[in-house]
Amino acid sequence: MAAWSESTIDIAGIKLHVARGGEGPPVLVLHRDNGAPEASAFHDELAKSAHLLLPHHPGWGRSSRAEWMRSVRDLAVIYRGVLADLGIDRPVLVGLGFGGWIAAEMATMAPAELAKLVLVAPLGIRPPEGDILDQAIVSYIDYARAGFEDQGAFDKVYGAEPTTDQLEAWDIAREMCFRIAWKPYMYSQTLPHLLGNVKAPTLIVWGDKDKVVPLATAKRYLATLPNARLEVLADCGHCADLERPASLAKLVGTFIAE
Amino acid sequence: MHLMYFTEQPMSAYDAEAGLKYGATALTFSNRHFDPVAGSRLYGEYLEQYVYAEEVGIDGIMLNEHHNAPFCMQAKANIFAAVLAGATKRVKIVLLGNPLPLSENPIRLAEELAMIDMISKGRLVSGFVRGGGQEQLATGVNPAYNRERFEEAHDLIIKTWTVPGPFRWEGTHYQHRVVNPWALPLQKPYPRVWIPGVISKETIIWAAKQRYPYIALNTSIPQTKQIWQLYDETAATLGYRSGPENRGYLARIHVAETEEKAIQNAKQFMWMQGEFTGLAHPVWANPSGYFSPSGRRNFVEFAVGRAKNPRGNPTFEQQVADGMIICGTPKQVLSRIRQLLEETRPGIMAVWGNDGNVSHQDAMTCIRLLGQEVFPKVREWAKELELTSPFEAEAPVSIAYAKDLKRPVAAAE
Repeated sequence: MAAWSESTIDIAGIKLHVARGGEGPPVLVLHRDNGAPEASAFHDELAKSAHLLLPHHPGWGRSSRAEWMRSVRDLAVIYRGVLADLGIDRPVLVGLGFGGWIAAEMATMAPAELAKLVLVAPLGIRPPEGDILDQAIVSYIDYARAGFEDQGAFDKVYGAEPTTDQLEAWDIAREMCFRIAWKPYMYSQTLPHLLGNVKAPTLIVWGDKDKVVPLATAKRYLATLPNARLEVLADCGHCADLERPASLAKLVGTFIAE
Repeated sequence: MHLMYFTEQPMSAYDAEAGLKYGATALTFSNRHFDPVAGSRLYGEYLEQYVYAEEVGIDGIMLNEHHNAPFCMQAKANIFAAVLAGATKRVKIVLLGNPLPLSENPIRLAEELAMIDMISKGRLVSGFVRGGGQEQLATGVNPAYNRERFEEAHDLIIKTWTVPGPFRWEGTHYQHRVVNPWALPLQKPYPRVWIPGVISKETIIWAAKQRYPYIALNTSIPQTKQIWQLYDETAATLGYRSGPENRGYLARIHVAETEEKAIQNAKQFMWMQGEFTGLAHPVWANPSGYFSPSGRRNFVEFAVGRAKNPRGNPTFEQQVADGMIICGTPKQVLSRIRQLLEETRPGIMAVWGNDGNVSHQDAMTCIRLLGQEVFPKVREWAKELELTSPFEAEAPVSIAYAKDLKRPVAAAE
C-alpha cells in the first residue's frame, strides 16, 4: 500500500485538502460526485507506477467550501491553478464520474499542458439516449448503490449499513452538486463543442451496466475527442474504481505507460 | 382579531388506491390521475365557498400554493387571489404565500401583487414563503440557494414597491437592469406581509427582524409558545415589544350541525395518510442544502429510515385529544378555541375548515357555522383577552416604518 502524505493547499480562498503518494509521472485523480472513500484499492494499485495527487473538491470531504463557486468550470479553473502552483506542467488527469467532467473541462482549457486524459464514465455531456440519474429524488444510500452492479462490492467499500458520518458526507456532497451543477443537471451544453481541441491521448472507460450515466454517452465523447478510445468493462456499474479496482488500475496504468 | 377561512383546495377526485400502490402522493405521482373535469367542478365549488365565507362575515380568505400534488389544487396563489379580487367586496385576500425562491423574476410577482391590490381596492395581504422542498424539485429551482433567494427576492419586491423606478438591481441571484413596473400597490407604504411557517428558527427570527407577523401553521401549543418566545426575544433586541398583532395561528377546525357529522368530516384531515403534503420521500421534502445544516445529522438518519418521522404519525383520535384537530358542533369547538386563544394569544387566526372529500354542501355548512356562530363569540373573547390584529393595532407594515422603537436591549443576532 502506498504511503500517503497529506497537505493543505491555499487556492482561491479555499483550503484544499490533498493526499499525495506513489512514484512515477504525476497523476491528478479527481473524485466522483459523492466523494472519495478514505481507502481505495484503485489508488493503491495505481500508486505503484505513478505519483498520485488526490484532492478533495472544494466543499467536499476535508476541503473548505467556496461560497462563490457556481459551476464545474469554476472547479476546473481551481485545479488548473493548483497544478500551476505545484509546478506540474504536463499531468495525467484521471477523472472518475463527476471528476471526469472536471478533467474534461480542464483539458479544454489548456490542451497543450496535458500528458494524457483518462475519463471513467464521465458526466458533463448530455446522454444521446436516456438521462443522467437524478440523485435529488432518491435516498443517499440508493444513489450510492446505483453506482454498483455488484452490491457485494458496495458493501465492501461502504458497509452494508453505511455510517451516519458517511450519510452526512453524502448529504454535503449532494448539496455541493446542487450548488454547482443543478441546471442543466450534471452536464454542460458547451463542453462538447470545446473538446475538439484536446489532442492528448484519451482513454475512456465505461461499465456496461452503468445506471448513473448511460453508456451511450461514451459515443458523444468519442465523437468529439480527436484522440480517444473506449474500453468497456463487462458487468460493471458506474463506479469502476470501487467495483473493479484492479481491472481499472491495470487499464489506466498500461495506458499511462504506453 | 382577524379571522380567516382556509382550505388547501384538495384535488379529492384522484384515485387514492393508485397513490397507495405507487407509495407516494407527491412530486412524481403521475398526473395521469389528475381529472380536469373534476378539477373544473372543484374550482367552481371552492370559489363558491370563498364568496360565501364573505357573505357570512368572515374577515379574510387565506390562499396558498403547491405543485405536483393532489393535496392542493392551487398551482399559483396569485390566480385565485385575482379571481377573489373581482368576486368579493370586503374580505382581505391573504396570500400565505407566494414562494419567492421559485420565482426567476420577482419583479413579475411585484407587478401581479400590485394589480391584485388595486383591483381588490387595497384588500391584499401579501405573505411570502420559502416553499417546501418538493416545490423546488417540482419547479426545477435550486434548493441549495433557497434561503438566499427568498431574502433577495423579498428585498427586491419591497424596493420595487417603495422606491420610484427606474432603478437597477444587481444582486447575487437576481439581476434586473430596468426595474420600473407600471403597477404599484394601492396600500401604502405597501401591503401587509405575513410570514407563515412551522418551527424553522431562521424564518421566525427573520420575520421578527422585519416585524412581520408570523403565522404558525397548526403547530402544537408547546411548539407555538416556543415560536413566540423566540419571536419576542428577537423583537426585544430590536427595540419593540411583540404581541398578538405579531402572531397568527392556523388551526384545523371542522364544524357541523351534529358531533357525529363533524367527526366524520374531520377524519378527512387525515386523507393524505396523515401527512399534510402527501406521502413523499424525505429527501423530496428536504433536498440537500434546503434545510439548516444544524439539522443535517438527524435528518440523514430519518431519510434512510433509521430515525422516526420527527413529526410522528399520530392517529386521528390522538390529534383530536391533543387539540391538533378540533371538530364538533359550534358549542363544542368553541371551548377548544377558547383554550387555544388563552394559551397562544394570536391576533390573527386562520381556520382550515375542510379537507379531502368533505362534500360541497358540508363545506358550506361548516363555513356558515364558522361565520355565524363560532367567529362572533371568538371576536368577543378576543376583545376580552386583548387579542388585537395588526389592523386593529395599526401596527407598522414593517420595522422600517415603526415609530415606537426603544433602544435595543441587546445586539441582534
